[in-house]
Amino acid sequence: MSATPILQVNQVTKSFGGIFALNEVSFDLHEGEILGIIGPNGSGKTTLVNCITGFIELTSGEVLFRGKVISGKPAHKIADMGITRTFQIMRPYYSLPAYKNLVIPLFAPRAKRTGGWRGGGKLGDRNTVSIDILEEMGFERESFVPYKMASNLPTGYLKRLELARCLALSPEIIICDEVFSGLSMSEIASMVPLMERLQMEGITLIMIEHRLRELFRVANRIMVLNFGEKLMEGTAEEVMADEKVKEAYFGSEEVEEVMEHA
Amino acid sequence: MTANPEQRRKERLDRGIKVRSDGIYALMSWRELCYLVLPRLVLIVGMLILPLVVPIYWQKVVSYVCIYALLTLSFDFLAHFVGLVSLGGAFFIGIGSYLAAILNTSFGLPPLLTIPAATILGAFICTLLLIPCLPLRGVYFAIVTLMYPLLLIRVIEALDIFGGTDGIVGVTSFTNHYFIIIMVLLFLFGLRRLVNQDLGLVLRAVKDNDQAVRASGMSITYYKTIAVFIGSAMGCLGGAYLAHIYMWAGLSSFALDFSILPIAATVIGGAGTLVGPVLGAFILVPLSEWLRDFGTLRIVIYAVILLLFIVIRSEGLMVYSQRKYHQFEKWIKV
Repeated sequence: MSATPILQVNQVTKSFGGIFALNEVSFDLHEGEILGIIGPNGSGKTTLVNCITGFIELTSGEVLFRGKVISGKPAHKIADMGITRTFQIMRPYYSLPAYKNLVIPLFAPRAKRTGGWRGGGKLGDRNTVSIDILEEMGFERESFVPYKMASNLPTGYLKRLELARCLALSPEIIICDEVFSGLSMSEIASMVPLMERLQMEGITLIMIEHRLRELFRVANRIMVLNFGEKLMEGTAEEVMADEKVKEAYFGSEEVEEVMEHA
Repeated sequence: MTANPEQRRKERLDRGIKVRSDGIYALMSWRELCYLVLPRLVLIVGMLILPLVVPIYWQKVVSYVCIYALLTLSFDFLAHFVGLVSLGGAFFIGIGSYLAAILNTSFGLPPLLTIPAATILGAFICTLLLIPCLPLRGVYFAIVTLMYPLLLIRVIEALDIFGGTDGIVGVTSFTNHYFIIIMVLLFLFGLRRLVNQDLGLVLRAVKDNDQAVRASGMSITYYKTIAVFIGSAMGCLGGAYLAHIYMWAGLSSFALDFSILPIAATVIGGAGTLVGPVLGAFILVPLSEWLRDFGTLRIVIYAVILLLFIVIRSEGLMVYSQRKYHQFEKWIKV
């Protein structure tokens, strides 16, 4: 791993009218690794993604990308620098066919700049390139799936479409907000190698997940959030063994059990 | 419920010829070529022979219809392809009219120069004034665009600039039906082409889902600005031409009719089809002209016709006829 982290999150705080959604969260992301972020519902995972990608403004703290401050910049500037995200609630362009969905990110300044087989322009028009990317993401080229309306696609394909939208920008970091949720076991099984391949291609990944087993298989490091605070950070084994994490995940039920027995 | 075994529903199937002529194979048979070309040809030829067949009194109406057609096109484009519901028809027409009148009377430019100049310059002014409102969406943007003409009327009135309440008189007369008809056709087919090109796809994406566009590294304000520029250019062109028909530009150039009628025309013609709203303008404007004979009852009849359209064919004429043209329908038992 390189010396300077590709992404540094320093003391990021976000409060919504006095309620702290994030409280002084800091972590480093190194180039080429997969960082998993887990935490119970409402622990601020998606808020963290929104803060990093500029979709909401920070209350305090800063985010650095390759040593440069990016917090406070508008979302499209941050995406233009190569930090892309997927949405937990999928946001395809429903009125367009799947491959036309990718024409839009391929039209972006970053895609034009980076060029290459992913960028559009050099190797055929955007329609051709978008079908190439979709094929890489598991849309069968010879089938009618890439030409289907996005509103008719099943969840599994929509999640892939979200990833493909990020890939079209040839990003440096992809932040995946729950790409596994809502998928069947076999769909997840086919997504996992996809994530591993992205890592091999040199893309740094942050994965927010509730599906711990699959996450632990792909992630190099895990960070645990609870009530907007960072509980701990470490390898999958360390996280599993940690008492605080167990308490955060199972504590509420244990308390209930105790109350019932009392 | 199984109480009524005779329940039926309509099944719709694309006609074979539609499916075949979607591809380039349409060029292989005259029948398929005609299937594609005929509707467009009917529109183009119909509009071009219009000034030749209508009686003298209605000649002037042709120009009004075309100005309204430009406004409805602009409304449909902004509302259904960019997601900006704009009631700025009056704003665009007013700016275009005043600019053309000022350029003509104060600088002595001929109409053939004032119209393009007012179009471009007016679109710049409208876009500049609307840029602060671009983050607004839906009905909020509509309200702001409706406010601008009211504001400008009062400003002109209070400061007594640009002729004050009298308006600017003595504008050179210029009436050429073909000029405005060809402009409508150019903008119509241009927009139809634009919304299917990559830039147009981005604009439609802004309407569909602006967060995903931001996440793709594109500024939505930038693309909205482009769209507003195109939309207001159409309105200003109509306004500039209107000033030369009336030989006058005044406070009634900001009349709310210019904002309201495009909505009605879009409802009648079929939203999101671009052709439909033009058709709607071609129905509504002559209708309101024809109803003048009924005096004050005019508005009542007008409203009833609008109501009937909304209740019976809320999808709009164009959507309806496109469906009939492209699809078989048959009743099948459920």
